[in-house]
Amino acid sequence: MPFLELKEVTKGFGANGSRTEVLRNINLQIEEGEFVAIVGYSGAGKTTLINMISGLASPDSGQVSLGGKPITGPAKDRGIVFQNYSLLPWLTVSENILLAVDQVFPDWPPEKKSHHVASHVAKVNLSHARDKRPAELSGGMRQRVSVARALAMDPQVLLLDEPLSALDALTRATLQDEISRIWQDNRKTVVLITNDPDEGIYLADRIIPLSAGPGATLGPSIPVDLHRPRDRKTLNQLTRFKEIRSQVIDYLLASAPKRTEVQKTLILPDIEPEDLSIPKPLMGGRKQPIRRGDIRRESVEI
Amino acid sequence: MSNTLEKLKTALLPLVGFAAALTLWQALSMTVSPDLPTPMKTWEESREYVFKPFAKRGEMDQGILRFTWYSLILVAKGYAIALIIGTPIGFLLGLSKGFHSIFDPIIQILRPVSPLAWLPLGLVLFLSAGKQASELGALFTIAICSMWPTVLNTAVGVRSIPQDYINVARALKLSKAQTLMKVLLPATLPYMFTGYRLSLGIAWLVIVAAEMLTGKPGVGGFLWQEYNALNYARIILCILTIGFVGFILDRLMGLVEKRFKTA
Repeated sequence: MPFLELKEVTKGFGANGSRTEVLRNINLQIEEGEFVAIVGYSGAGKTTLINMISGLASPDSGQVSLGGKPITGPAKDRGIVFQNYSLLPWLTVSENILLAVDQVFPDWPPEKKSHHVASHVAKVNLSHARDKRPAELSGGMRQRVSVARALAMDPQVLLLDEPLSALDALTRATLQDEISRIWQDNRKTVVLITNDPDEGIYLADRIIPLSAGPGATLGPSIPVDLHRPRDRKTLNQLTRFKEIRSQVIDYLLASAPKRTEVQKTLILPDIEPEDLSIPKPLMGGRKQPIRRGDIRRESVEI
Repeated sequence: MSNTLEKLKTALLPLVGFAAALTLWQALSMTVSPDLPTPMKTWEESREYVFKPFAKRGEMDQGILRFTWYSLILVAKGYAIALIIGTPIGFLLGLSKGFHSIFDPIIQILRPVSPLAWLPLGLVLFLSAGKQASELGALFTIAICSMWPTVLNTAVGVRSIPQDYINVARALKLSKAQTLMKVLLPATLPYMFTGYRLSLGIAWLVIVAAEMLTGKPGVGGFLWQEYNALNYARIILCILTIGFVGFILDRLMGLVEKRFKTA
């Protein structure tokens, strides 16, 4: 029996009349300790999918279950890392993590809690910033705090909802390496939602494309049979890597709705350049800009 | 060089404003309204109250700071009542759509009512309290008039809490009470303090009206008494005192508000 299972899950939004179905017939089975990446277009319903696993949203029909028990709401056995960090700005790095630890391990003595917090701050290389507030941190650092908060809950499943999509490419790569390292240390079940096929292939055991919405559904599950630890530099050259990537991308492209051609006339800016360094008169304000279409006579010096 | 010039400018320009106001005042009293005391006369009449600010010569004849102190105490009481009642109402308005639909219309209707209109009602309300009636009536008026900015700003603050924070609370399975104390309250604090600041401004405005009508010792009561005693110079003293105290209160609350903004 699979550890985490979605069976015939369907979810839509809106009232009866204007209702759009976001996800349709989602079937997903994840084994314990597996790292699964789901890749799809923005707006296809990836966040809705992971919200149903986390329990923040519930499916209209079908069932989500963890360890054989149906998921009815959020619980401490699933840690989630949100796309926009979702840290509380009035708490420091340590306090943000402590808030989660307090919830999950209320009976621990304070020293054990603070030790637990400190070790997770260290795990994401943020010990130097543990007393800073989120506003003082860069995007990458904030997301690391968010990862540490989820890990500190010691969840059975770690849900990563596009954790790196708001970051620049270099920070992204660094954090991918960190996620990869942390996962290899503790081998938790991870569901990663991403819009970057390369990221999915680099990190996951299995990559599944989500077709374009509305009514998105999961495509074929593609095993990423590349040995670990994976090296970013050589990965790009591997034939198998290229095969997996093209399989994912081909599926995604084929699922996208055909674009219809739109006829549009271009309107060029109708304005004459002027010298802005000429000081404007004290009274009367700036002159109106001169529009080309308004010029009746043009003098040309020969 | 130009920097010091700028500094000098910002320091001196307000003085130009004061000088202009004084000139206009002098001109008015010399021309169209001869009953208006000149700045010099005002000063002559007020000296005693300013130089012996804590003197007590009689119930309605005390130093200006002593009067101010009485007024501040009354304001503090009324303001405290306003915050204690207003903050939870604001939270309920922000949290519950139903509560909002039920009570928002009443609030919008009561909000613009002037303190002068509330005071008689306040006196009637506490008529059975006997000697205490005027003080309770004044407190009622201060509280009900200064409550609204707190109520409305708190409600707006609660409503504008990002969904992210709520999601965190849900994902961490915080209880209702924990969500309130650890997420909703800290997230609303900056808005609440904006409300508190505006409320304090109104509470101070109301005190004068309240004291004028109840005849209690304080800046407002003193002002009204001096009007009845035809001593117009001291009215001006009271006006300036009220303005100055109000300004200081606002600045102090501004500092507190700023502290919470950065948090």
